[in-house]
Amino acid sequence: MAEADSSSEELYDETNWVLYKYRVDWKDVTPVPQDDGPYPIVAIVYSEKFQDIYDYFRAVLKSSEKSERALQLTKDALDLNPANYTVWQYRREILKHLNKDLIPELQYVKEMIEDNPKNYQVWHHRRIIVEWLQDPAYELSLTETILSQDSKNYHAWQHRQWIIRTFKLFQNELQYVNQLLDEDVRNNSAWNQRYFVINNTTGFKPDVVQQELMFTLDKIKTVSNNESAWNYLRGVLLHHDGGISQDQNVRQVCEELYSSGNRSPFLLAFLVDMCEENMERDDGDKEESLRRALQLCDVLANEYDTIRREYWNYMARSLAQRMDCPEREATGSTKTD
Amino acid sequence: MATLMKDIILSSSHPKELLLQKHADFISSYGVNKDEYEYCMTEYLRMSGVYWGLTAMELIGNLERINKQEILEFIKLCQDDAGGIGASVGHDPHLLYTLSAVQILSMYDALDIVNVDRLVQYVKSLQQPDGSFCGDKWGEVDTRFSFCAVACLSLLGKLEEIDVEKAVEFVVSCMNFDGGFGSRPGSESHAGLIYCCLGMLSITGHLHYVDADLLGWWLCERQLPSGGLNGRPEKLPDVCYSWWVLASLRILGRLHWIRRESLVTFVLACQDPETGGFSDRPGDLPDPFHTIFGLAALSLLGEPAIKPVNPTYCMPQHVVDRLGLRPQKLTL
Repeated sequence: MAEADSSSEELYDETNWVLYKYRVDWKDVTPVPQDDGPYPIVAIVYSEKFQDIYDYFRAVLKSSEKSERALQLTKDALDLNPANYTVWQYRREILKHLNKDLIPELQYVKEMIEDNPKNYQVWHHRRIIVEWLQDPAYELSLTETILSQDSKNYHAWQHRQWIIRTFKLFQNELQYVNQLLDEDVRNNSAWNQRYFVINNTTGFKPDVVQQELMFTLDKIKTVSNNESAWNYLRGVLLHHDGGISQDQNVRQVCEELYSSGNRSPFLLAFLVDMCEENMERDDGDKEESLRRALQLCDVLANEYDTIRREYWNYMARSLAQRMDCPEREATGSTKTD
Repeated sequence: MATLMKDIILSSSHPKELLLQKHADFISSYGVNKDEYEYCMTEYLRMSGVYWGLTAMELIGNLERINKQEILEFIKLCQDDAGGIGASVGHDPHLLYTLSAVQILSMYDALDIVNVDRLVQYVKSLQQPDGSFCGDKWGEVDTRFSFCAVACLSLLGKLEEIDVEKAVEFVVSCMNFDGGFGSRPGSESHAGLIYCCLGMLSITGHLHYVDADLLGWWLCERQLPSGGLNGRPEKLPDVCYSWWVLASLRILGRLHWIRRESLVTFVLACQDPETGGFSDRPGDLPDPFHTIFGLAALSLLGEPAIKPVNPTYCMPQHVVDRLGLRPQKLTL
């Protein structure tokens, strides 16, 4: 095999790879093979390239060599396995030690994220580099690129929330959320982000609550069998003085959907909760609320949501019980083992 | 309007019986007959891989097929001077692998082969002022690590070494409007992280913070027409969520809210009838991760051929009993 006389990256492309053990500029390093102890757990058969790179990685780790060539070596090691957190940690130590320009590192980790969008280590490396730089300029667009391929990628959302919170970038976020909901109204991550933004900016003040109710009801009217939208509706109503049952608009939309024949389990479930709340209010017709709630639980259990029959039967029992002894809360019946 | 739902369709060709012996063969040969690429690629999580494999073997009564001495020597070599344990020899210590190692050692009743005092100090050093835990010295914070820390210390009988109240406070701050939990405050509810948070609250005896009916409902909403469970709304079912959702429901005392028979059918369909082992979905390649969670889920669902599993620790119940641990559970 031809010996290499330079460590330049271009020399070692896919077709032209030279093992580290044949490289002149690594002649001074003695590779360190993997040692799983006296009883290797399994017979290890590394590929030659993998073994070569990691033997040299272990060698630089052992000698604490923090050099340009060691930096390049970590890149080769990460190309083979981007989940190896020890290599990432050592790469950061080298970056610090050499006081490297971090902008090219951002570009590098961006490529790694694009290739491995569900890998914890690449995202964490990104965060640390951004923390070192104290510059969030590229983060929104990076996460948007990733979310355009998988709109529920948990790592991307986590990174985006961190960036937005840390660098106060809430300004255009609702717009982005709206765009995602226009693309897919069932995107639970986008609904969650909506809550995150409002909770950290205006808060759920009465006028914001009204605006959010209108927004959500509108989405529910278009697609009613949407768990995420109904959950968000409940989330908003946590901030409503009238609970979930007293808002005129909410009641109206729900009753209209029901009258029009809509039997989405989420609609019916919501009506059950409205009845439950009415039962607890002094001015409500308790008997009628209970009757309706039990009827809804019955059709949910036996017709519209049969897979969760046990849950609806439980709800029915617990509502009926509460009517008998009203001081008991639903969760009050939960005991510790 | 049409109901669109992400799900899979089970065909009649998928396995319907539990292939116990094949699973034992799959685990015991894993790492021997596997191709080299896969082995290299999983080195960074080897300690957890060993925990998954051993727990699976113990649950199906085949642990004696594993060479205990080899495993103990390996774990010993993975502990670094600071006390933490890495995924493999020469890897940096991490809370994830420290917990896996402590789980294995608890199962083997061999905690004395590592330096427990240092290990406890390591876990303690990762707690942050807000009560959260980092996974390692590089500071990634996540509710997974809150679970790892308290699970690890409770197995060692050293829970009092950390600020438990603060740790609970952080986990509770990750509770969402839908009753679930995410990785950090504001992060979306996710069944895997709900399991970690409930497990953490179960070990520390703080389940009263949870709205058990609301969260129980969210969790049983994860069941799809195929019988399988997903981890978030509008995601595909996956065997690993059979464990995380089911264990969470068991901790909440609401396991019966899902439809047992159809989940059993889904989990059994994820077995590989040739090699043994479970995959994420029917027809995909099996691995030890999905194998332990498939077996543990079937155990929770009452499969008599599998030993009882503890829902909080994902360890054989008899081991948790031997250690005298009684993690909190709710009952209806």
